[in-house]
Amino acid sequence: MRKSYLERLKEGTLLADGAMGTRLQSKGLSAGECPDRWNLTNSEKVKEVHREYVLAGAESLITNTFGGTRTKLTQCGYPEKQWEINFRGAEIAREIAGDDIYVVGSIGPMGKFLAPFGDMAEADAARDFKEQAKALDAGGADVLQIETMTDLNEIVIAVRAVKESTNLPVIASMTFDKGQKGYRTVMGIDVPTAVAALIKENADVLGSNCGNGIDELIEIMVEMRRYTDFPLLAKPNAGIPVIQKGEVVYTQGPDYFAARVQKLVQAGATVIGGCCGTTPDHIRAMALELNK
Amino acid sequence: MVAFQKIADSIILGNAKLARDLTEQALQDGLSPQEILENGLIAGMNVVGVRFRKNEIYVPEVLISARAMKAALENLSPMLTQTKVKPKGKVILGTVKGDLHDIGKNLVGMMLEGAGFEIVDLGIDVSPEKFASAVEQENANILGMSALLTTTMIGMKTVIDTLAVGNLRDKVQVIVGGAPVTQHYCEEIGADGYAPDSASAVDLVKALLDSK
Ligand code: B1M
Repeated sequence: MRKSYLERLKEGTLLADGAMGTRLQSKGLSAGECPDRWNLTNSEKVKEVHREYVLAGAESLITNTFGGTRTKLTQCGYPEKQWEINFRGAEIAREIAGDDIYVVGSIGPMGKFLAPFGDMAEADAARDFKEQAKALDAGGADVLQIETMTDLNEIVIAVRAVKESTNLPVIASMTFDKGQKGYRTVMGIDVPTAVAALIKENADVLGSNCGNGIDELIEIMVEMRRYTDFPLLAKPNAGIPVIQKGEVVYTQGPDYFAARVQKLVQAGATVIGGCCGTTPDHIRAMALELNK
Repeated sequence: MVAFQKIADSIILGNAKLARDLTEQALQDGLSPQEILENGLIAGMNVVGVRFRKNEIYVPEVLISARAMKAALENLSPMLTQTKVKPKGKVILGTVKGDLHDIGKNLVGMMLEGAGFEIVDLGIDVSPEKFASAVEQENANILGMSALLTTTMIGMKTVIDTLAVGNLRDKVQVIVGGAPVTQHYCEEIGADGYAPDSASAVDLVKALLDSK
């Protein structure tokens, strides 16, 4: 039987899983199709992805609910399925995780800009995130991971919403790009600003996911460590995809990740795994390296 | 006399009210809508584009500038169409299936509209079938597709193939754009033109129509 997620993190590095969305694509999800709805219409495939990660050595599974806010689901045409999609997403992951593996409820961006840049009101955003958090909690998640965020306002609203509507620990993870001014999100937020704001909101784990591959994420971890001793999550994507012979190919393979995973841990990451383009093979390769 | 630089600056700063007022004043001063657009608004937006690409500014600033541009265009658009008896041509625009990015596409649309073209904007996440039926129904000169994701940009080829299957490929010239798209990719999929930014999209559309 597993101990609480945060207790577990005190004992050292936790190997999480890799991508969900790009795995579903390799199992037949087409571009533009709502991935989250597969929790209802194609749950066997979602379970297959989870099972593959367990076999590869993952100690936690992330739910297929990245686009599960009402606002985001409205963009795909299924707002009325909000509760079911999230609840089932957590249930499916729990079914495969059993008692020993952690279920991490994924909460992604709403895909709309908050006022004043866009027309999304803060109150609506808070309602969205609360709804999603409650459904993931009810479905059996151990911890919620707010991820791939670039707007500090949006992630702060999400962290608060989760804290107000559940007792689950929260991972708050943003996506940074490297530019002239160092690492910033596309909305212009730098690492120290993000870290300070998220600590103030009582996030339990801070982190960074997606982005531009593992090398940049190592640098981001080094920078985050400068500002906090909180547990940190690092889930890099497998590099920026390129098109080869009409196919989308991610450039950083399992060996590439394995060769750098120790560096990622030394840089300060507590929870490691992968984002877009990573596969069970990436996780297996990292597991082998970590167990050396 | 309002200086064009001032108008450009209002766009760069993203001051919608100032942009609107200055455009209004420039019109009253007798400047042509065309000049105001090109030397004021577009000049300003070009600076915004360059700064964004150099990481000097970020998405919020781009959004605010785009909004200022839109506000100023609302003043200008009726004048621009008045000076011409009919629009210079019709352009169908959309972001390809699976892709929700529309900031760039909207800028391209605004610029083309400003330059006197009629725009049919199909929005985001547009399926090949929807593109094809718009080509069938709208009698447009140009079909413009935008994509910001490497994973969705390959859908541009599907659209071109769908047009071919429906015998619609010859009805329009196809142009493509968006950050991951390149001239090379454009040629590979058999599109008629690629533009790296919205100002060159206007030049491209003009050139394609002239060559017809
Ligand atoms: C028809 O003819 C033409 C001609 C010219 C044309 C044209 C058509 N279309 C464009 N042009 C040209 O003219 C325009 C004006 O000069 C230019 O348009 P651009 O669009 O290039 O430029 C705009 C003026 C400004 N640029 C932009 O608006 C894009 C900016 C960045 C920051 C960006 C944004 C804003 C967003 N995003 Co997205 N986003 C990024 C971008 C990173 C970056 N720094 O560029 C990028 C594109 N995103 C990315 C990703 C991965 C994603 N995004 C996503 C979501 C979003 C937001 C919703 C948050 C938001 C979009 C909001 C909106 N309404 O558009 C997700 C996908 C959603 C989806 N299914 O589409 C998500 C998958 C993230 C996630 N994991 O959730 C990356 C793509 C990587 C890749 N190559 O595949 C990305 C490069 C960021 C990164 N570094 O990882 C030219 O390209």
